[in-house]
Amino acid sequence: MIVAGAFTGAFRFIVDNPGVLATKAWEQLELTGAALGIALAVSLPLGIVLGHLHRGSGLAIGASIVGRALPSLVLIGVFLTVLGVGFTNNMVALAVLGTGPILTNSYTAVDCVERDVVEAARGMGMTRRQILTRVELPLALPLLFTGFRVAAVTIVATAPVAAVAGGGGLGDIIVNQASYRLSGVVGASLCVMVLSAGVFLVLFGLQAAVTPRGVRRTKVAGDPE
Amino acid sequence: MTPLASGPIIPNFGHANSCITGDHIFCWSWVRDHWNDTLGPALVQHVELTAVAVGIGFGLAFTLALLAHRFARLEQPFGVFSALLYTIPSIALFQLLVPFTGISWTTVEIALVAYTLVILFPNFVAGLRSAPAEVIEAARGMGLTRRQILLRVELPLAVPAIIGGLRIAVVSTISIGTIAAFLLPKGLGYPIFVALGNPTPFKTEIYSAGGLAVGFALACDAGLVGLRRAFAPWTRRARP
Repeated sequence: MIVAGAFTGAFRFIVDNPGVLATKAWEQLELTGAALGIALAVSLPLGIVLGHLHRGSGLAIGASIVGRALPSLVLIGVFLTVLGVGFTNNMVALAVLGTGPILTNSYTAVDCVERDVVEAARGMGMTRRQILTRVELPLALPLLFTGFRVAAVTIVATAPVAAVAGGGGLGDIIVNQASYRLSGVVGASLCVMVLSAGVFLVLFGLQAAVTPRGVRRTKVAGDPE
Repeated sequence: MTPLASGPIIPNFGHANSCITGDHIFCWSWVRDHWNDTLGPALVQHVELTAVAVGIGFGLAFTLALLAHRFARLEQPFGVFSALLYTIPSIALFQLLVPFTGISWTTVEIALVAYTLVILFPNFVAGLRSAPAEVIEAARGMGLTRRQILLRVELPLAVPAIIGGLRIAVVSTISIGTIAAFLLPKGLGYPIFVALGNPTPFKTEIYSAGGLAVGFALACDAGLVGLRRAFAPWTRRARP
């Protein structure tokens, strides 16, 4: 009875407040997009270059080990004390969270392209740049995208935690049971869940779509973890 | 009714030095004073939270992996289910379980166990599969039964993958465990949560609790690496 009541309450909350929920969900997506953009801009080129040179595996692999050991709440708390309450602090904290998977995957993706293939490309007279853009990157694409997907899902799933540091988003409702009651909290949690699953499914579909046909036969590698 | 004003009406909050009132970067004195009433208990709770979740998760994942190893058909549905489960944000999963199990330790543990399962199960299955076919063939040729092959060949060869899975599961559980403070005033997340609730967040509390969480995670990771070296010495040079 109580269980059913809580969930009908939650559904009623969702039906009654579509505007609030949509605004909050949009805030969360904005925060996610900004953080993901920063994480990509920093770690993707670095990972690709290191993988191309087959150097710095310690850094690239270590990033995800250390990154995983850093709890999101701790990151958000620490950046709050440095950058103050608001969007910037949360954006940076979430960007740090996304850096690990992108760096490790992009490094592994390029590093693990078969040496024979690279050798053959060199034998055909390709320059280093051509080898990178025409051989290594297309072959690395599935795994590169996996890193991006893991980072995106991690960030969108963690964004609600940012509500404790003024991050806005659906987390605002989840941490504020006093105003929204259990039905609001459960309703917002359901929305968070749908949002994350949605991002996951969209990216999963996108991954299949952007994979070049020649590479598609290679099984899309799962998360390196 | 207890008589009013039988003791001091204003509780004794202790006295703070200038480091604490000025919210300097890090106050060792605060850590010393509050180790016994805040940080220590939080750390112990966090260790318990993690140990129970990983323990139960290990048992379940191991059983399921043995089943999936025997009956290959079971693996696919579980894989899809777990990938979707992992996309559920912890903060949402904790709240979604509240209508079932209330605001309780059980709620937190159910969520944490679910996450460890998602990590451990695929690793365990992959580990059990990692024995090369020739090796199994050779074992069969030597007259080993299926059970003996499992116990003497497949399981020992699966040790690196099992420990690899445990490393990720333990570290993630410690990390997700801090989010449990949204639900229960327990674990290392709680001091951080309290500090963030202040009008000006109290730095020392955030840094010390956060440092303990990260330190705990890295210590567990190092411990498991040591365990792998002891039980699977042949991997010493193979992987980082």
